Amino acid sequence: MDKVEVIRGRAVPLDASDVDTDQIIPAVWMKRVERTGFEDGLFEKWRRDPEFVLNRPERAGATVLVSGPNFGCGSSREHAPWALRDYGFKAVVAPGFADIFRNNLPNVGLVPVTLGEEATRRIMAAVTADPRALITVDLLKVTVTCESAGVLDEPFLLDEGARFRLTHGMDLIDMASSAEEAVRRHEAARPSWMPRTNGQVEETFENSGVTA
Amino acid sequence: MLERIWAEHTIEETGGELVYVDLHLLHELTSPQAFEGLREAGRTVRRPDLTIATADHDVPTSVRQIPLDDTVGRRQLALQIRNSREFGVELHPMNSLGQGIVHVIGPQMGLTQPGMLIVCGDSHTATHGAFGAVAFGIGTSQVEHVLATQTLRISKPKSMRVLLTGTPAPDATAKDIALAVIRAIGTDGGTGHLIEFQGEAVEAMSMEGRMTLCNMAIEAGARSGMIAPDATTFAYLEGRERSPRGEDWARALKAWADCRSAPDAEFDRDVEVDVEGLGPMVTWGTNPGQVAEVDGTVPDPERMTDPVAREAGRRALEYMGLTAGQSLSDIEIGTVFIGSCTNGRMEDLRAAAAVVRGRKVAEAVTALVVPGSERIKRQAEAEGLDRVFADAGFEWRNPGCSMCIAVNGDRVPAGTHSASTSNRNFEARQGPGARTHLVSPETAAATALAGRLTRSDVVSTTPITQTAQN
Ligand code: SF4
Repeated sequence: MDKVEVIRGRAVPLDASDVDTDQIIPAVWMKRVERTGFEDGLFEKWRRDPEFVLNRPERAGATVLVSGPNFGCGSSREHAPWALRDYGFKAVVAPGFADIFRNNLPNVGLVPVTLGEEATRRIMAAVTADPRALITVDLLKVTVTCESAGVLDEPFLLDEGARFRLTHGMDLIDMASSAEEAVRRHEAARPSWMPRTNGQVEETFENSGVTA
Repeated sequence: MLERIWAEHTIEETGGELVYVDLHLLHELTSPQAFEGLREAGRTVRRPDLTIATADHDVPTSVRQIPLDDTVGRRQLALQIRNSREFGVELHPMNSLGQGIVHVIGPQMGLTQPGMLIVCGDSHTATHGAFGAVAFGIGTSQVEHVLATQTLRISKPKSMRVLLTGTPAPDATAKDIALAVIRAIGTDGGTGHLIEFQGEAVEAMSMEGRMTLCNMAIEAGARSGMIAPDATTFAYLEGRERSPRGEDWARALKAWADCRSAPDAEFDRDVEVDVEGLGPMVTWGTNPGQVAEVDGTVPDPERMTDPVAREAGRRALEYMGLTAGQSLSDIEIGTVFIGSCTNGRMEDLRAAAAVVRGRKVAEAVTALVVPGSERIKRQAEAEGLDRVFADAGFEWRNPGCSMCIAVNGDRVPAGTHSASTSNRNFEARQGPGARTHLVSPETAAATALAGRLTRSDVVSTTPITQTAQN
């Protein structure tokens, strides 16, 4: 994964609370098995309205999404971060995120910027008024700047693990393999009565028309 | 309880804890890209013997074959079979006896046990917390991580106690309590926390009810829900297919006995929700915190003091086509869905059947029952419930997620209202333009008969006998 240190770009304001992952990308998109190509699913339903902010020509090329509290609630689908990433977003600024979504974003290289309500409101107003207004998200200082909103080096919340991975471009799986010894010790100490699965694909009682 | 289970599973503490996963559940929608990632990196599944998969989201419920036009679903299900074979993962594919919704079959098989750390690429993994397990949803990158390493790097959730006080009305169910809790604490009331539910109302609940309550914890923004295991939990687990047996059972019981929070335990957050006299509840809006009494009225957003709630309320009324102050019982319901990992278990079907027995579904209503698993379907048929539903005019379907997420072809028609026992009333969750009202199985059944949102007049008095495998 690429390192992320400073993001500077124009914004798309999406002034709503509780934007759930079903809105970010409808569930039908989850039937795809590919790892990329989710950009057309992003806010698919809302985008049918030509006036929807994402459809406005002056918002093309924006890299920061600004929204309201409890952003990304609902389904755990990582397809939502994928859709944001594939569309070209690099950070989402909101006064609060749903937990699973907040954890998912850094796993695809996107930054969840949990910012105070007051600062978010000012940025929302500024970028709504001026599509050319720039937002800077600095992961080294963990601050947000949006000059036209009068927000300068405002600190935001980001858990240290996520920040470390984003700024180092670390693959988590590689990081985990360094703990192999400790994992083995843990496995050796697990009680033997704990449940196991059998590794088998169960026989069907009727043909489903699905063949591997 | 959280602290202890978390500590027992923590392997390393730098950069967010590295925790060990005891059981990893998979379904077909959120795992294909994870297996693809493993393959690309030349990795294997570290512990296939702690991993299990089922087909639930894509499977059609009206026929036993994938309909011809669902080529995308077929591709996904075929890939699931191929991945499971290649990586040696237990899979219960469509049309197998063990198939069912992922959060239904884990407990049903006895795989979900107290003290475990359980994950799944699905937010309603919270369901398993009903057994005193720490269970939470993860994204696909994390699914890949767990497949490769059987561990996860994640920070510990904060702890929160939701203490239910008072005694609900006799016709209130776990679902009604769950909706009332979300209304009380808000859709982001649990953010960052794992909620432990306590109180007499919780202790009185069956395992099915506890699963319904923990299942909905995620809709209050929490990472998960959990309930301390007790005699009800142990009775449910005893004799199940993957439960410990003989001497192991005795060992397990001993280990589980002190899997609970101390009476004086400190929580990062502590809230009380009074459920005294609580009756059946329903959602009127487009998030699960927009809740009212079934026999109440649509609230007026203009009277809400919080500007965010007011704006959300306005939007919701517009989407739902409702006006403030109107009686909820005036809303015409076109579709009734009984099923999902929230309310698709044996007890739910029995409760709904008790309401519809000998009566008829209203003419304009399409009503369906979708059992949570194939075993539940067969048990219900053995009890004659399929006849009760069919005679009343319900469609008796095959198991799967169905209209809870509407990716298998089962949908609520645009612009019409549904009464649904599922867990999300988001815009278009049950199909484009669908207007969803979340309710309990009893309310759903009564609503199907009346064609309008209605409180059931049948109070289930039959003792819930727990059958061995359902
Ligand atoms: S029943 Fe609904 S909530 Fe449960 S796993 Fe299926 S889609 Fe998800």
